[in-house]
Amino acid sequence: MGELIASIESRRMPLKKRSHQRFFRLKVVPWLFILPILILYIMVVIGPSLAAFYYSLTDWSGIGKATFIGLENFKEIFLDTNYHKALQNNLKWLAMFVTIPFALSLFAASMLRGLKKSGMVFRTLLFLPYIIPSVVAAAIWRNLLSPRVGLGSVLADIGIPGLDFAFLGSTKTALYAIAFVDNWHFWGYLMILFLAAMQAIPVDLYDAAKVDGANRGQEFLHVTIPGIRPTLIFMVMMVAVWSFLTFDYVWILTQGGPARSSEVLSTYLYKQAFNRFEAGYASAIGLSMSLFAGMILGIFIYLRRRGWEV
Amino acid sequence: MNWIIRFRQRDSLLPNYAVLTLYLLFALLPLLILVFNSLKSRPELANDPLGPPNVLHFENFSNAWVMGKFSTTTRNSAFLVVSTVTLVLTLGGLASFSLARLNPPGSNIFMALMVVGATLPIWLFMVPLFILWRKLGLINNLFGLVLIYTAMNAPIAIFLLRSYMVQLPADFEDAARVDGANDLQIFTNVVLPLVWPGFLTVGLVVGMGVWGEFQIALIFVTNPDLFPITTSYWQFTSRFSRDWTLTSAAALMMIAPILVLFLSLQRRFIEGLTQGGIRM
Repeated sequence: MGELIASIESRRMPLKKRSHQRFFRLKVVPWLFILPILILYIMVVIGPSLAAFYYSLTDWSGIGKATFIGLENFKEIFLDTNYHKALQNNLKWLAMFVTIPFALSLFAASMLRGLKKSGMVFRTLLFLPYIIPSVVAAAIWRNLLSPRVGLGSVLADIGIPGLDFAFLGSTKTALYAIAFVDNWHFWGYLMILFLAAMQAIPVDLYDAAKVDGANRGQEFLHVTIPGIRPTLIFMVMMVAVWSFLTFDYVWILTQGGPARSSEVLSTYLYKQAFNRFEAGYASAIGLSMSLFAGMILGIFIYLRRRGWEV
Repeated sequence: MNWIIRFRQRDSLLPNYAVLTLYLLFALLPLLILVFNSLKSRPELANDPLGPPNVLHFENFSNAWVMGKFSTTTRNSAFLVVSTVTLVLTLGGLASFSLARLNPPGSNIFMALMVVGATLPIWLFMVPLFILWRKLGLINNLFGLVLIYTAMNAPIAIFLLRSYMVQLPADFEDAARVDGANDLQIFTNVVLPLVWPGFLTVGLVVGMGVWGEFQIALIFVTNPDLFPITTSYWQFTSRFSRDWTLTSAAALMMIAPILVLFLSLQRRFIEGLTQGGIRM
């Protein structure tokens, strides 16, 4: 009733005031709903992101005045061997994560696709590691990979030597051991996405393949993979972007060690910013990481423009 | 020999079950060993680090609870989860409602901002954000952390909630408007009761993320009294790294709430994660 009365009353008002009220209700009120989250978002994400561009051009400890030094930080990045080492590790990480979890999850999802009720149970249980917080997953595997009380020591006791090795403590294996643990946690997420995409493929296609005498492998290559192609390619892109940002498992398990052998850009940035108080240089590293992520997105957009169906 | 023949038949599901069982062992054995070890004594663990316990040592849990300061950290994490979920659903819900039903002029600019923001790496704005938060006195402040979590989850929440609200038919809303309800009343009395399952989905995904969040908490909270469960557990595992019985018991207490929630509401969880929660 209230609004009805208001609208009748507004009809008695002078035209100008009425149009003001209308403007307020249709143009201003909708924005009042958006405003709180917008302000918060600008404060936390957008503003600091813009500020990072300025800080990356300064020499600054994070306290006091920042000294403008132009592109010096970026020159330093080019010469900094620690940075190069970290970037190399990110690229290794990228190579591992766009292959291994994809192979694992595609195979598992294609096995799950044919199952009915029991498939739900398998799906749920296989997804469990994904919901385990990183600190817990890392702690579980730090113990399982320990040469003293882990899987390797038990295998050595029953006569299978060679795996009672400190995988996380060796400069040769630390990065791969961390990637293994992160992947144990992560692959189930891809499986869930791929399974959902596979279940959307029309059953007729599989029936047709069967009539044509396709075996399981051919069915997978010629029906399943083309059927989930958009999801698959999107996830390759996202995982590639994430590879440059990975932090949790590296920091929790080795903090980049031993001897920087598992250092990645994020852990290097963390140390520069919060241990060495090089806020300017750290901002430049952050900007460079965004650049790599942006390059991945750019490559995909370029390929799509060129007419690739990605 | 019958089963071999069945195994090789084209439509047999036996190979599927065989492969999936191997997967299951890979995914769940580490968790099973965690449960075993949380119930052993230290000498038993040293002798047999993988097998089931002989005597059940439930006191590991109470010891871990006390030594891990779980009464403090659980409270801190619960505060973070409840406040973040409430703020995300309230502020994100209001914005989504406006975007879906009120047609604000220039709303595509806002959506573009959210898309760009969602793809910005957290490491780009971490240092300036830290400096800003220090100026505002929000370091070592749980509410400061809540604000960050809320903003970081805003894009996902808005994409999801908006997509639920766009699907609603306009009839209910029009009827309420004729009855004189204003926009806010329409949101709380008409739209909310219809899309609450969507809010539950978003709340679950956001809540689970906050409960396990590590890197932002590591940077923004350095006072041990304010540690959430994750950073405190990390310190606990390095302090008691030689006592795997204690750290296992602590780990189980930490994942128990999310395991229960996940297993009881897993369809909703998975829907939220697959539809909008694109994250690592």
